[in-house]
Amino acid sequence: MSNRPKTSEEITARVKALESILIEKGVVTTSMIDRFVEIYEHEVGPQLGAKIVARAWTDPEYKARLLADATEACKEMGASGLQGEDMVALEDTDEVHHAIVCTLCSCYPWPVLGLPPNWYKDPQYRSRMIREPRQLLEEEFGYKVPEHIEIRVWDSSSEMRYWVLPQRPAGTEGWSAEALAELVTRDSLIGVGPTKSVG
Amino acid sequence: MNGVFDLGGTDGIGPVDPPAEEPVFRADWEKAAFTMFSALFRAGWFGIDEFRHGVEKMDPALYLKSPYYKHWIASFEYHGKRTGKLDLAELDRRTQYYLANPDAPLPEHGPNQELIDFANAVVPSGAPAIRPTDKEPRFKIGDVVRMSSDVPFGHTRIAGYVRGKVGTVISHHGSFVYPDSAGNGRGDDPQHLYTLQFDATELWGEQYAEPNVTTTFDAWDPYLTLVTAPEGAAV
Repeated sequence: MSNRPKTSEEITARVKALESILIEKGVVTTSMIDRFVEIYEHEVGPQLGAKIVARAWTDPEYKARLLADATEACKEMGASGLQGEDMVALEDTDEVHHAIVCTLCSCYPWPVLGLPPNWYKDPQYRSRMIREPRQLLEEEFGYKVPEHIEIRVWDSSSEMRYWVLPQRPAGTEGWSAEALAELVTRDSLIGVGPTKSVG
Repeated sequence: MNGVFDLGGTDGIGPVDPPAEEPVFRADWEKAAFTMFSALFRAGWFGIDEFRHGVEKMDPALYLKSPYYKHWIASFEYHGKRTGKLDLAELDRRTQYYLANPDAPLPEHGPNQELIDFANAVVPSGAPAIRPTDKEPRFKIGDVVRMSSDVPFGHTRIAGYVRGKVGTVISHHGSFVYPDSAGNGRGDDPQHLYTLQFDATELWGEQYAEPNVTTTFDAWDPYLTLVTAPEGAAV
């Protein structure tokens, strides 16, 4: 057996071969694949996390519920299930900035963020984020976290799924939750980037 | 197992270089591979912990260099062989066929509403790993604990960089499926789960740790021994 990485033609043929066997076994169908793709391309994604964050910014009682039990509070907003059966929201403050990683594989809170970007699953981020988070964030993401702010990196070694409740941007007093949700980026929910600034 | 997949703190892997945009699925084979996870879970090929261990058993050079969903295919093949549910010689034969005939059709089949219903049900409900246990939690918030130094050959979630390190219990989540049992085909064996907080200096040394950084890591009860209970706590 060669340990040369397979070409995309070889991988395509291998997966098609496996798919053909699983179709004959009745384990998978092309319409099942289409349904999963539709869900994770169009229904479950970071727009759900953004909506939840914007509500937490505008509704103190909801925010308290979110910080006490994120799984239940996300369910209220239609975000639940696969790879987010047990979630915890991490509130950024003036003193602490949170960020998530899965050093052992690729664990990620699908119900609020959708499927992870490739860089999150790849070895480069996973190896270094845990060791040099401040430098990595600045060098690779252009995101400078001042040294007086503690960086708390959450390694998802269990089925608990963590994600970041970023701070509400300044200058958004009186904004609606809908308008605020537009400021929440996927990267701000992972903790590798800021929310969009105003003005 | 002590493998290259356990990447936390490994140096020299290279830049992250995140792209500004990318599609959820970069090719049609990724869509099929993604869906096969749920389909094979449903068909009883593996549980999530066994699935992870199948990825961990990959050739390490391929693990580091292959596109992400190739890891999933490797685990599907590992468990297909392990359970006798997949004939690898037949898979090789068909792979050659589709290499030579990339546009050849898949076997004809009708839609199966049960599988669509399963997709619609499993996404919002998930597969919770929380399990009751009669065991009492041995630790509480504020306890200073040491992570196990064990290096099991099978599946575990003791990452190399936390082995033997001292941290503080900051939360207790209840009891969950225990990877060291479930990932090795020995059943759920539920254990209490805690989040530990480590100072970066404990993990990397005073000289090499970034200032004002902490790491949190989730650990099951058997991974831990008590160093000190918080002051004033009953012993």
